[in-house]
Amino acid sequence: MSTNNNIAQARKLVEQLRIEAGIERIKVSKAAADLMSYCEQHARNDPLLVGVPTSENPFKDKKPCIIL
Amino acid sequence: MGEMDTLKKEADGLKTQIETARKAVNDTTMAAVASGVAAAPRIQLKNRKTLKGHLAKIYGLHWSADNRHMVSASQDGKLLIWDTYTGNKVYAVPLKSSWVMSCSMAPSGNLVASGGLDNMCTIVNIKAASPKTIRELDAHEGYLSHSRFLNDSEILTASGDTTCCLWDLETGKQKVVYKSHVGDCMCLAMSPDQNTFISGACDSSAKLWDIRDGGCKQTFIGHTSDINAIAFFPSGTAIITGSDDCTLKMYDLRADQEVNGYQDAALNAGVTSVSLSSSGRLVFAGYDNFNCNIWDSLKAEKVGVLSGHDNRVSCIGVPDDGLGICTGSWDSFLKIWN
Repeated sequence: MSTNNNIAQARKLVEQLRIEAGIERIKVSKAAADLMSYCEQHARNDPLLVGVPTSENPFKDKKPCIIL
Repeated sequence: MGEMDTLKKEADGLKTQIETARKAVNDTTMAAVASGVAAAPRIQLKNRKTLKGHLAKIYGLHWSADNRHMVSASQDGKLLIWDTYTGNKVYAVPLKSSWVMSCSMAPSGNLVASGGLDNMCTIVNIKAASPKTIRELDAHEGYLSHSRFLNDSEILTASGDTTCCLWDLETGKQKVVYKSHVGDCMCLAMSPDQNTFISGACDSSAKLWDIRDGGCKQTFIGHTSDINAIAFFPSGTAIITGSDDCTLKMYDLRADQEVNGYQDAALNAGVTSVSLSSSGRLVFAGYDNFNCNIWDSLKAEKVGVLSGHDNRVSCIGVPDDGLGICTGSWDSFLKIWN
């Protein structure tokens, strides 16, 4: 009966490949340009890219200053 | 010709058709397109906090949607929920099974999930008087490698049994089973619009799924070993995968193919984890070699490194507000950087 299982699996694979073969694809030039554009649009609001001002950094330890 | 032979011939024909269609739209490279953009600055992040409390290897972490709390899982048998602003532990959830491989927090902050070699996904309400297990999701036939809540009543899981699953938390039953991978599913990530999700598996492929109808829409190949980590680019139109083959790849969903690769001849450690900065420009990748490399997603150049762990970086995450990045390690510590 494993032959039947193999055939069932092979049928499923063909079905799946048919679905994937049928999709619309856009050109890589357009895809890459859109990704670049997204990065550029959001760059100035990306804290890890532009840095976080100390006064607004929630993770920075607030140590008291000691005047010696 | 027997039916198996016919089917094999048809499958091979379709694979060739797909490759041809991909080549037909492959009119340039990301490197060429990105040559016009300024290089990302050298990124030097400081370790702002080290969260100490786990007693064994950390296997997973997940930021709360409130950008302040975080859940981490360790094979010391505990989930810890942290207030990352103070570094304090807010809740400790003891686990029935210490062989945990992943954890996640619901967007509401009310629930956390964990699972691993027990093949189960255990859901705990941390807002109850004391943390209370409300569900044990028990139908996977292999280890639980990853989970993500859609909301307080639905969760996605990925399993070593090669399937992913959407569960109804009211009933504790499987709603949708996603079957197509032929190797252990190691990771998953939800699209920003929550209509689709992506999975990475030990069959070296990543797959895009329709959450509601269970159908696999696209399959991305090219890696030569297990895909351990996967993330969406913030626009939702591309994905990044990290693999035991020591590389990361960016696949564009609309071009249906690999558009960028992140590798270094000197790097011979597998990628364990991946997370992106809020603009998508920076890719943070944790490796088996104790480091986390920072890549320029467009130019595919290394722009920084986070070093400080004494063992493998097993998990990484950037909170929704993008204000920092957390790394979790087998050295039992979590570190927050910005």
